[in-house]
Amino acid sequence: MSTDQVAVRERRKAIGFVLPALVWTLCFFVLPFAFMVVMSLWQRIGTKIVHTWSLDNYAAFFAKPHFLQGLVNSLEITLSVTVISILLAYPLAWIIAMRIPERWQRAALILAILPFWTSYVVRSYAWMLVLARSGIINQSLLGIGIIDEPLELASTRTATIIGFVHFFVMLLTLTIYANLKQLSPNYARAAADLGAGPVRTFIHVILPLTIPGVMVGAFLTFVLCIGDYITPQILGGNKELVLPQIIMLQIGRRADLPAASALSILLMLVVTFVYVLSARWLKLERA
Amino acid sequence: MSTLSNTRTTLSRRQILVSLAAACALFTVAATPDAKATDTLNALVWCDHTDPALIEPFEKANNVKVNLKDYEGTGTALSIIEQSQPGDWDVFVVDGVDVPRVVKAGILAPLPADQLPTGDLFPELIMAENHMKDGKTYAISEKFGYNTISYNKTKVDPADMKDMSIIWSDKYKGRIAVYDYYLPVIGMVALGLGKTTASLSEDDLPAIRDKLFAMKGVAKQVGEVVSSQTAIATGEVDILVGGGEWVTAGLTGEKPELDWVLPDQGGVRWSQSIGVFETSANKDLAVKFVQYILSPEGQARLATSSCYWAMPANAKAGGHLSDQQKAALRWDDQKDYLARSQLYPVPSPELDQKMQDVWTEMLQK
Repeated sequence: MSTDQVAVRERRKAIGFVLPALVWTLCFFVLPFAFMVVMSLWQRIGTKIVHTWSLDNYAAFFAKPHFLQGLVNSLEITLSVTVISILLAYPLAWIIAMRIPERWQRAALILAILPFWTSYVVRSYAWMLVLARSGIINQSLLGIGIIDEPLELASTRTATIIGFVHFFVMLLTLTIYANLKQLSPNYARAAADLGAGPVRTFIHVILPLTIPGVMVGAFLTFVLCIGDYITPQILGGNKELVLPQIIMLQIGRRADLPAASALSILLMLVVTFVYVLSARWLKLERA
Repeated sequence: MSTLSNTRTTLSRRQILVSLAAACALFTVAATPDAKATDTLNALVWCDHTDPALIEPFEKANNVKVNLKDYEGTGTALSIIEQSQPGDWDVFVVDGVDVPRVVKAGILAPLPADQLPTGDLFPELIMAENHMKDGKTYAISEKFGYNTISYNKTKVDPADMKDMSIIWSDKYKGRIAVYDYYLPVIGMVALGLGKTTASLSEDDLPAIRDKLFAMKGVAKQVGEVVSSQTAIATGEVDILVGGGEWVTAGLTGEKPELDWVLPDQGGVRWSQSIGVFETSANKDLAVKFVQYILSPEGQARLATSSCYWAMPANAKAGGHLSDQQKAALRWDDQKDYLARSQLYPVPSPELDQKMQDVWTEMLQK
């Protein structure tokens, strides 16, 4: 067989492998997304969707302060959740990867991600009961006399952030743990040979090498958190709205799919912007 | 070798295409909502219709399968209908105040009025102006209740609950939940301001907006059905604005401390209506289902559905309810309650949009 024939054969084989993924992406992302873009330029007038092209749905987002505030709330909550989750997940992943004996690591990891196995909605409602005035936290604090009146924990932004952090710490623990396990112990040994103490080794060697794992987890956290509707809806008590809740209001209350499409595209633009900002770190291979 | 190689490549590509086509075909079949059969009925309903205790007797009696899709809010229902194919749905349960616009949109078919127990309904529930057009009946009331004030009578002074202004007063600040449905709550605020729900206009919105904002300031949460019920049932809040028998009646056994009242200014009455889709391919069975739901037995089951309790539209259902159930539904007070309550506001599309903007502003405040 000639070199050219081998090359053609290899190319066809490669296409065969990639084709299902391409078709899948085309059917379930590109086409629906294109339709959503078109829909966002239509208008809902009365009970009908009118197929005239305009940017009114986008203009409405900037004209209505409560819409814009929804994006601000989403960003504030998402950034808080991402930072808190990293701060909690990193030490946990570190302990599992570096301090727990090898034979127990798998069990420790399973324990760390065990809450993943329960339904997302059920977990949110469970948090609502835990944080309620009559919930276990308030009752414990009242019981040991630390507080005289129940704390207002449920139906607040704090409750939303707690619910999110509980979920995303698990996700970040996995990505950071995977990154830590890839690190050769020779890096730490070399740093020690050169006179660096444990803290310095961590700050100047380990931490920079695990940034890709942190950033992958952080980006996933950002994307999933900023697009989430369930947690703010259940735990936030509608004290404020995030952008996905406003999108759902357009669908559920107004059947206004064009407005919902426009808001969804704006949300995607925010995610794309964050992706561009963090793209240089979003590499799974180690330098 | 080269030929063989090419043949194998071509075959494998064919196989891939065939597989993809088969997968697409399978997906199409799987994605088609509930392959229709003559003995199948597809109903778009509020969640109270999903109680097996209500549906199973009809299924057994007629040897049919009733597929139910529940929704919350007419907007959602219209969205579902828009995304469906003609013939996908047979029966539609919708807010009574929304029937005219649904009829105007051509969604409902005329019903055989002579085969419906209209004469047995509470007179206020006949609502001919909503259910009839050009002499034809398109829907019939099946259930009703009140969006008013539910409360824990061991935690608040019941006398305070008789004044609608309590919902924006700071006397119970942080102990109030608001049901997240703009129409009834805006109606309640309007009643509290001395307005009537039927005459609301854009000019009334600034005053209503102020009171909504004041109410939000003293509320602990604004939530949908489940979180509202959970909040008052678990003691997270002591008052539920927009509540009523639909929140508390089903809980009277285990939570006797929960109660509800129509304030002196009155309350907002909601009602559900049932009709048959114009595009239904199964109209006879659909009418049969409507007749079953409107029968005294069906009405008693619907009134005490596990999702939420409320009054049956058919007054003859009382014979199939226990004294305890009737007491929870305030059966004997209905004459007074019906007289003192007003229907949901029915805004024009423009006013509806403005009301929703005010409501969203309130949520975001």
